[in-house]
Amino acid sequence: MRNYEMIFIVRPDVADDEVQKLITQMEGVVASAGGKVEKVEKMGRRRLAYRVEKQREGFYVLFYVQGTGDTVKEFERRLKVTDAVIKHMTVCTDEILQRAAKFKTLRTKQEAKRRRSKPAPAPAPAAPPAPVENAQA
Amino acid sequence: MPVPSREGAPSGERPQRREGGGGGGGRKQYFRRRKVCKFCTEKIDLIDYKDVRLVGEFVAERGKILPRRLTGTCSTHQRALSEAIKRARNIALLPFAAGA
Repeated sequence: MRNYEMIFIVRPDVADDEVQKLITQMEGVVASAGGKVEKVEKMGRRRLAYRVEKQREGFYVLFYVQGTGDTVKEFERRLKVTDAVIKHMTVCTDEILQRAAKFKTLRTKQEAKRRRSKPAPAPAPAAPPAPVENAQA
Repeated sequence: MPVPSREGAPSGERPQRREGGGGGGGRKQYFRRRKVCKFCTEKIDLIDYKDVRLVGEFVAERGKILPRRLTGTCSTHQRALSEAIKRARNIALLPFAAGA
């Protein structure tokens, strides 16, 4: 199972309750394809940066989904078939989140190091006990 | 366009910098404030393509990605940033090429 972020743009002339209907429908698609919807976010009506299918505006909907490749495949197939959807994109967020977590741990480590080395600026003797402290942090 | 040298070697006439950066103070002609990576200073770990306001700061008027030498972004974050900008372009949050 992987984490995915699926974002799609609905035509602006589609009514709000129709959009809601589409969202519940897509939730069903994810569930039937062996996935799990973690969160659905309506990003709302936005101006598009360029014209898509002659539209200048669009209603952005964002799905946070946990699933497999088949889930994504089915989800994207359904979006392609749906006329109200003018654009969609799927991003696998596993690597991004991993990288963000790495940055975070790296930064906390560095900050801890800095704090420790401030009273006595001698990093060489302070090196051996470092891993123990970092593991706790 | 000549590449602006780091240490302002006083060589008679040079085209003035057109945009961006510091350029404060008229005493030394090529003094520029040292730029630092926004993502490092503000401790942004995840550069989200959906955050148009943040990512859009690093895009020029015509929609091009601004180079590191103008924005001061560190190389790690510039790489993540360019990916985010490209994703934002893909889903029409940012333009590929903005009109004049």
